[in-house]
Amino acid sequence: MNVKKLLNNRSFKSVSASIIAILFGLLIGYIILLISNPAQATRGFIIILNGGFNGGLRGVGNTLHNAMPIILTGLSVGFAFKTGLFNIGASGQFILGAFAAIYIGVKWTFIPVGYLWIVALIGAMIAGGIWGAIVGVLKAFRNVNEVITSIMLNYVGMYLVNFLVVSTVFDLTRNQSLSPLNAYLPRGGLDVLFPLSSANIGIIIAIVIAVIMYIILEKTTFGFELKAVGYNREASRYAGINEKKSIIFSMMIAGALAGLGGGLLYLSDIGKHIEVVDILAAEGFNGIPVALLGLSNPIGIIFSGLFVGHMNMGGFYIQRLRFVPEVINMMISIIIYFSALSLAFKSFIENLSKKLGGRTK
Amino acid sequence: MEYVIEMLNITKEFPGIIANDDITLQVRKGEIHALLGENGAGKSTLMSVLFGLYIPEKGTIKVRGKEVKIHNPNDANELGIGMVHQHFKLVHNFTVLENIVLGVETVQGGILRMEDARAKIVNLSKQYNLRIEPDSIIEDISVGMQQRVEILKMLYRENDILIFDEPTAVLTPQEIDELMKIMKRLIEEGKSIIFITHKLNEIKAVADRVSVLRKGKYIGTVDVANTSKEEMSEMMVGRKVIFEITKGEAKIGENVLTVRNLSINSKVHGKSAVNNVSFDLRKGEIMCVAGIEGNGQTELIYALTGLLPVDGGDIYYKGEDITNKSIRYRNSHGISHIPEDRHKHGLVLDYTLSENLVLQTYFMDDFQSKGFIKFKSRLKNAKAMIEQYDIRSGEGPITLARSMSGGNQQKAIVAREVEKNPDLIIAVQPTRGLDVGAIEYIHTQLIKQRDMGRAILLISLELSEVLGISDRVIVMYEGEIVGEVNPKEVTQQELGLYMSGSKRGAGYERKEIAK
Repeated sequence: MNVKKLLNNRSFKSVSASIIAILFGLLIGYIILLISNPAQATRGFIIILNGGFNGGLRGVGNTLHNAMPIILTGLSVGFAFKTGLFNIGASGQFILGAFAAIYIGVKWTFIPVGYLWIVALIGAMIAGGIWGAIVGVLKAFRNVNEVITSIMLNYVGMYLVNFLVVSTVFDLTRNQSLSPLNAYLPRGGLDVLFPLSSANIGIIIAIVIAVIMYIILEKTTFGFELKAVGYNREASRYAGINEKKSIIFSMMIAGALAGLGGGLLYLSDIGKHIEVVDILAAEGFNGIPVALLGLSNPIGIIFSGLFVGHMNMGGFYIQRLRFVPEVINMMISIIIYFSALSLAFKSFIENLSKKLGGRTK
Repeated sequence: MEYVIEMLNITKEFPGIIANDDITLQVRKGEIHALLGENGAGKSTLMSVLFGLYIPEKGTIKVRGKEVKIHNPNDANELGIGMVHQHFKLVHNFTVLENIVLGVETVQGGILRMEDARAKIVNLSKQYNLRIEPDSIIEDISVGMQQRVEILKMLYRENDILIFDEPTAVLTPQEIDELMKIMKRLIEEGKSIIFITHKLNEIKAVADRVSVLRKGKYIGTVDVANTSKEEMSEMMVGRKVIFEITKGEAKIGENVLTVRNLSINSKVHGKSAVNNVSFDLRKGEIMCVAGIEGNGQTELIYALTGLLPVDGGDIYYKGEDITNKSIRYRNSHGISHIPEDRHKHGLVLDYTLSENLVLQTYFMDDFQSKGFIKFKSRLKNAKAMIEQYDIRSGEGPITLARSMSGGNQQKAIVAREVEKNPDLIIAVQPTRGLDVGAIEYIHTQLIKQRDMGRAILLISLELSEVLGISDRVIVMYEGEIVGEVNPKEVTQQELGLYMSGSKRGAGYERKEIAK
């Protein structure tokens, strides 16, 4: 492979920028470990690098399960971003999706058990989609900044779900939602591959959805329109694209993706319930770094979601050495800071390729 | 010979391009020295170097014979160098007086003392015959007057080397004449002027010598008096350019566009931006709407293309009422629009050339099947158009539109709009900001389209273009049509009178009493 040609490749430049960001993030993370406990730092660092592998196949399965919701919230943020919108409301869309899934799973007993989870997931997507579409409608017709509306709707969504849980599917003794016993996701054979882990069909659904999103964005006229509106709303209008419709669709799809993430996580057979507390769902915000690290590319987001899931598992296992798992959050934040600098890395790589190019002449 | 400015062997590189490659510019004391070159020839870079905005990699700058280092505009100012930028740097809700003293206020014990400044400004204004009213608010005065405020700003700071960056682009012919007089007056008072332009007529009118740049390189300096316009343009472009646009008689056919009593209320000030406008446009003719920027042309075009709803009146296209039809209906039924702002409307800059070339047709069966893009036919389409319309770019169809030059971006838009096989082409300032070669190309295309029997509505501020290629000219002033003239008979001066609202044609008298 010609080095110069490789360095000139646009996608290579982008990916290498992410990788450089990850390396810097890990390096500084190591320094943090050194500061907090010099004696155990190297061991801890190795555990982090090993992530889910520390727990063997079970650990790997848990990595997959950990990655599932953040791949979907990452897709939500990334899809909106590709179409020129910043969706910070994934958290609210996520929790509404989760509630819809639990509600259907608990209450809609008239649907046969084998199909209930599918209906519940569709309900989750619709609920998240509506929550996203509200932002889109306000943006399209009143030009209200989507950052503000989506942030505010996070809180509205959280309190609304708290209220709905208490009034419909409440487990009074535990102060949380009831279990959707008849709607748990099938294991899809992953329990055989990764025994005793939490992995289920959800991760497969997440990956399939990512591929579908990639196809929509890159291969269809619908995606062409959505991206055109994101890049240049005025020029799209000039070209005859209904830019209001596009914005609403973008936000609706973004919301549906986050909602599906909520549905998948809360229909997993691992004792996860909506607790009636005033805390925003963290999975929604974790979608932002996943999307950034994946450069908003749906395929990239699969990998960045797996990477963050892997790191989170590392954070789980370093507790053995009495490190706090929050170290992982710091490392991920640092990686994000560096990926924000990815433009600088990009131009660095461009300069490098130019120098190499000059020398070969 | 005494030089006030000597820029010797200046080289300034940017990543990927050498903007100034060993350029020498020597300006004599008391001359108007024109700096001529196409867009991207390096004129602005060179002036930015002189003004301290860029530091050159190589070369020396001498001011009045002494070598100097200019690190920022304040250094330049201290050396007596001042600049009138193309886009004025004025505070719109400040008075003329406040704008002029801004940054060099005279204060006494922390309190503004405007009296001295006012006296000095009134004196300077008289001395140079600038006719400035110090207490007018900037947004209330004409563009020409604003420019004189900019000139006064330089004089107030006692600059004696004055740079004018394309100063005539925004002016009417009358205002241009005025500016030329002021420039000559400045020279008489011992100032030296660097005059950046690509309009040869103006160089001929005022400049003593002209230095020509082409693609970042210095071509030469010549005396204006001994050099013809043709010679200058050849130096600038590197080849012979045809100035006289040759076109045959218009073969006029039936009506294509009929506009009746069109009115649009302005979003900004509530008055009507377009007021009761009616006209007809027929096959095989180029009709130009002339006027000074901001007299309703933009709103008129938006209404015709569907970007803005109308508040009254009707638009008929080939006999069909399209007043309330969608943008897509219009652009897929033979109405092409070469927009005024190619970055805002014409292109999605982050899309590739091939994507931009199908911006209005991507949904048609040629380019999609069941919602999936046909990449091969899109690429084929792009390659064919690049070939046919000579669109140049770094990487062909996959070049990002953002990285193309302005001229080639415009060529791409023209190619896209012409290739649709339209019956009506609405071209809004199609040559704005382009260099001579690209202008020639666009003009030739428009005339070719006319001769193919298409109706062309041209909006232009450039009088040579208005008179050169149109068959008919209507003039807009404050949202109304104030006259129709024959471009073969009317002079630039007369057209200027219409454009500034000083004259109205027969049949276009004010209708305040009627209705």
